[in-house]
Amino acid sequence: MMLKIKNLHASVGDKPILKGINLEVKAGEMHAIMGRNGSGKSTLTNIITGKEGYTITDGSIEYKGKSILDDSPEDRALNGIFQSFQYPVVIHGVNNTYFLRTAYNAKRKYLGQPELDAASFMKLIREKMKLVEMDRSYLKRSVNDGFSGGEKKRNEILQMVTLEPSLSILDETDSGLDIDALKIVANGVNNFRREDRSFIVITHYQRLLKYIEPDVVHVLMDGQIVKTGGKELALALEEKGYGWLDGDQL
Amino acid sequence: MSDEKKIIDDAIDQEYKYGFVTDIEQETFPPGLDEEVIRKISAKKLEPGWLLDWRLKAYRHWKTMVEPTWSSVKYPTVDFQSISYFSAPKKKPELKSLDEVDPELLETYRKLGIPLEEQKIFAGVAVDAVFDSVSVTTTFKKELSNHGIIFCPLSEAVQNHPDLVKEYLGSVVPAADNFYAALNSAVFSEGSFVYIPKGVRCPMELSTYFRINALNTGQFERTLIIADEGSHVSYLEGCTAPMRDENQLHAAVVELVAHKDANIKYSTVQNWYPGDKEGKGGIYNFVTKRGICLDDNSKISWTQVETGSAITWKYPSVILKGDNSIGEFYSVALTNNYQQADTGTKMIHMGKNTKSTIISKGISAGKSQNAYRGEVKIMKGADNARNYSQCDSILIGDQCGAHTFPYIDVRNHTAKMEHEATTSKIGEEQIFYCNQRGISEEDAVSMIVNGFCKDVFQELPMEFAMEAQKLMEVSLEGSIG
Ligand SMILES: Nc1ncnc2c1ncn2[C@@H]1O[C@H](COP(=O)(O)OP(=O)(O)OP(=O)(O)O)[C@@H](O)[C@H]1O
Ligand SMILES: [Mg+2]
Repeated sequence: MMLKIKNLHASVGDKPILKGINLEVKAGEMHAIMGRNGSGKSTLTNIITGKEGYTITDGSIEYKGKSILDDSPEDRALNGIFQSFQYPVVIHGVNNTYFLRTAYNAKRKYLGQPELDAASFMKLIREKMKLVEMDRSYLKRSVNDGFSGGEKKRNEILQMVTLEPSLSILDETDSGLDIDALKIVANGVNNFRREDRSFIVITHYQRLLKYIEPDVVHVLMDGQIVKTGGKELALALEEKGYGWLDGDQL
Repeated sequence: MSDEKKIIDDAIDQEYKYGFVTDIEQETFPPGLDEEVIRKISAKKLEPGWLLDWRLKAYRHWKTMVEPTWSSVKYPTVDFQSISYFSAPKKKPELKSLDEVDPELLETYRKLGIPLEEQKIFAGVAVDAVFDSVSVTTTFKKELSNHGIIFCPLSEAVQNHPDLVKEYLGSVVPAADNFYAALNSAVFSEGSFVYIPKGVRCPMELSTYFRINALNTGQFERTLIIADEGSHVSYLEGCTAPMRDENQLHAAVVELVAHKDANIKYSTVQNWYPGDKEGKGGIYNFVTKRGICLDDNSKISWTQVETGSAITWKYPSVILKGDNSIGEFYSVALTNNYQQADTGTKMIHMGKNTKSTIISKGISAGKSQNAYRGEVKIMKGADNARNYSQCDSILIGDQCGAHTFPYIDVRNHTAKMEHEATTSKIGEEQIFYCNQRGISEEDAVSMIVNGFCKDVFQELPMEFAMEAQKLMEVSLEGSIG
């Protein structure tokens, strides 16, 4: 089992946000999570990757069979959990390539492998950039500095294919992408799929799921997964909206 | 304390690694200051009468002055009678080569990482090392003198090039300029002298390292750099001091003179002992630095990386007298724990088409206070003057302060001024983003801070840019919280 979340309750301050999440993701699986704005999708992502500011009041999260609740964000990352951010941050003055190499070498170091020098890393990164059809000029710029919305998302996927995580959580990676970019990103993800790699794709649109075929689709509502199904569930949502599920809950 | 806070704290917390004391026989004057002391300093240095008179005049003027209180720094009144005004290693350092330097001293320099060793010398850095009040060795003199360049201790220049010294000493920072400059003029004991002749491009970086070693001494060095017509020079100073519980005073003066078409680049990496975590000890760094673009098309550029000192009070300035002259100020000031910095620049535009650029980056951590104070003055005759100022601050943690005081005085309507300023907290989001990519909190902070300082670091000579980056990391250790 790649990820096993049981009865997860979490709040920000006094405000409960996740109210009993159960989720199992097996190795090699592609899960999609859909749900209204504010339903808790990003919160769930942040809690899995260990962001501060949330209190876990109940429940457990296991990754590859072990609880990760006490692990620092960087340990979780080094162990292969990756988050493609809904809003990637800008880091002024920090060269994109340098950033990526620092991250890459942190991982190598963690795995007891020698660090890669600048030249070898350049070679590697050029290959990786082809996977997301990114222009080399991005390498010279500061991290996400002046990147358009779509460029930032592509940069996230570049980081994913470079760092090669086992569990990738893509939080609205499709938002802000034009049609061509959407295909490119979807392609990047699909080519990256492997039987030992799992994905959770958070999206509002069925459109993405046309290109990235999910094994399982979940609907998150007010901090709970209220419905789980196959990819047909996404189609039903597109057609009927979330309203019909409100009734389901009763 | 949240985890993040703790890490920032840990990251800022690294100890000062230059805090050792060198055990060397020193000749030190007893504490106290009066005309007799000044006469003794002057006599020690076998100075001509005019210089003694100059010192005494400065001293008499200083006695009529009061310590300035307009800056934002706070400290107990300095007792100027408890300071010793002269301290020197006993063996008189009349040295021909490095082999003759006291091994204890060399060991000190080795610990400091000063590029005195052969390998660094091959790297082409000429070093004048000032240990307390006396200049110990000047490397590379020969090669420089082949180009007609003079690079030596100021006291030596007084002996060998009295006309040059007499002409320029105090010409940019007059003896009575301000309280600390007047004090310096009265008691200055060492410093470097540089003269670049007409049309000569100095073939290497010139560098001075200052070190305060002796207890209860002040360091009052004075540096004078003259770039004659069409010449170029790049000069770097670095400074360290042992860890001591008492505050030590450092009141230096630096004067730069750029003639027609000349170009002076002056870089400082200031790492005086900042005091301990509780704010005990540390150097009071009260420095007057000023350059004058005397003639047309000249350029003076100040770059400073200030991470040390309990208190920093300095405003490297440029007087843009010649037409088309250029003044630049690039500054990174980092304060941590209880450090206070009040630093900035003054650009005084007098000539036509003069241009100045100010880039200031302040980083405050711990309980420190960090102020940028800058003035841009456009005089009547300065047609088409241009200034660009950018002052950015970041705060690490929520117990520190950042302040910006820009003063603008425009007396010519053709002036073009641009000013930008930002203050932000070091982003939790940025740190988390790095963490999520497997980068540790400490590395994340130093990466973000270095990114923030990039515009300034790229102005430093290559090898010192690396040094500055490392220094930032060290100074920030334990600041994450
Ligand atoms: N730090 C916080 N402080 C207060 N409320 C928060 C905080 N973080 C999240 N919330 C609230 O938790 C709820 C879930 O937010 P979350 O960002 O997880 O939603 P989402 O499902 O990702 O929405 P979207 O589709 O708009 O991205 C929202 O009501 C949000 O306002
Ligand atoms: Mg979201």
